[in-house]
Amino acid sequence: MKRIVVGAHYGLMDWLAQRITGVFMAAYTLVIFAAILGGAAASREAWQAFMANGLIRFISFLFILSLCYHAWVGVRDIWMDYLNSAAVRVILHVLTLFALVGYAGWAVQIIWRL
Amino acid sequence: MPEMTKPRPKYLALHEIRLPLAGYASILHRVSGAGLFLMLPLLIWLLQLSLDSTQQGSALFAALTGSLLVKLILLGLIWAFLHHFCMGIRILLIDIHVGVEKPQAHASAIAVMAVSLTLTLIFGLKLLGAY
Repeated sequence: MKRIVVGAHYGLMDWLAQRITGVFMAAYTLVIFAAILGGAAASREAWQAFMANGLIRFISFLFILSLCYHAWVGVRDIWMDYLNSAAVRVILHVLTLFALVGYAGWAVQIIWRL
Repeated sequence: MPEMTKPRPKYLALHEIRLPLAGYASILHRVSGAGLFLMLPLLIWLLQLSLDSTQQGSALFAALTGSLLVKLILLGLIWAFLHHFCMGIRILLIDIHVGVEKPQAHASAIAVMAVSLTLTLIFGLKLLGAY
């Protein structure tokens, strides 16, 4: 029996997640940019105080999760488009996932200990 | 096979493929996303150093952001982010059936390129200390 061992069988969910995370990240970027224009990064102390604010930490946490999910879908699509070997694909999918989960932990730890 | 049939290409000749501008903008969406993904460790590291209140942290942050190599990488990432951002908005609009017709789709591809390159110039000059 021929089995398909790789591939996304959850297309709509990921298509939607890609858009929701994208919209959230775009909005977050505009908020941070507006804050920087307003002086949030005028000095190191101001920047650290700004990023330590509870609401900013809350949305930064959501931004990190959004970024990692968004990057997972995007990078996985690149591997699926250009790699034909199932073995190579699985290896790169796993490496991508490990990297992104690790980055998420690292970044969350940076903002959460402030 | 009839005589008028064009011979099918036997290989993918990338240099012979002509795409409309929207096609290039689309490929660049992928290229910019891949670049941002690959440079994520650098960006998270810079975030960490920018929020590090120790003397070593601020010195390392200043040394890194002062180096020409890092500045050039950041310039590339600024473009990548802006292109990905603008193209993302274009994709969302097309998803809700705004600008699907050929002339509008072409115009929005031009707008994506123009806006992202102009903003890259503005932020890039700031990065390089021009103002």
